Amino acid sequence: MKNRLKVLRAENNYTQEDLADIIGVSRQTINAIEKEKFDPGLPTAFKISKVFKLPIEAIFFFEDN
Amino acid sequence: MSLTEPRKNTAEDMRIAPDIGRPIKNACIERSRNNKYIHMKKERKKNLYQLAAWTWSWVATLAIASFGPRYIWDDHTVLTVLAVSVNLANGILMIIANRNFFNNLDELERKIHLESLALTLGLAVVVGLSYSLLDVTNLISYDAEISNLVFFIGITYLFCVAVNTRRYS
Repeated sequence: MKNRLKVLRAENNYTQEDLADIIGVSRQTINAIEKEKFDPGLPTAFKISKVFKLPIEAIFFFEDN
Repeated sequence: MSLTEPRKNTAEDMRIAPDIGRPIKNACIERSRNNKYIHMKKERKKNLYQLAAWTWSWVATLAIASFGPRYIWDDHTVLTVLAVSVNLANGILMIIANRNFFNNLDELERKIHLESLALTLGLAVVVGLSYSLLDVTNLISYDAEISNLVFFIGITYLFCVAVNTRRYS
């Protein structure tokens, strides 16, 4: 799964630590999501979409290989 | 606004929050830190310390139950039963503390620990039974001790957690 988390974070001037603090996960989790090594579950995805005020499908994209 | 259009900083975002003295957006992060996340971090730290405390006390009661009959109370049955019971109760509380710690992890940390536990469990069963077979078939000159297996489980789990943490970082 692809995502625009890094871009959105930069546009909103959040550090990984800031975003991790807001949604209540570790900084390592944000880093792993950005590097697409880990796909978050629905609760975390909803929290991220709430922070950026965007729908989930505007942040996460499913790529069928 | 299109789906992919980034959110612009509004006048509200740039307004200085009187209680924090910084723009609203940073103030929101600050408040979030002060309230929910600080609470979560404190909770996690508390669970970690509780787990450490119960683990050390379990090790201490295990040592007392193991060496007490021989060196302290000279094989007194009642005292031995009491020491073993205290050790068992301590072990159960340690397991509960471990469950609380595990439930407080975020989803990536939980995944890391779950994968490590799965590998450790598999290896413990396979290696443990092979080790036992070596003893039963007299291929090793000494008795297969359970303590060796516990040591192996501990090392394997630590190694798996370290490798998985590195994999996701």
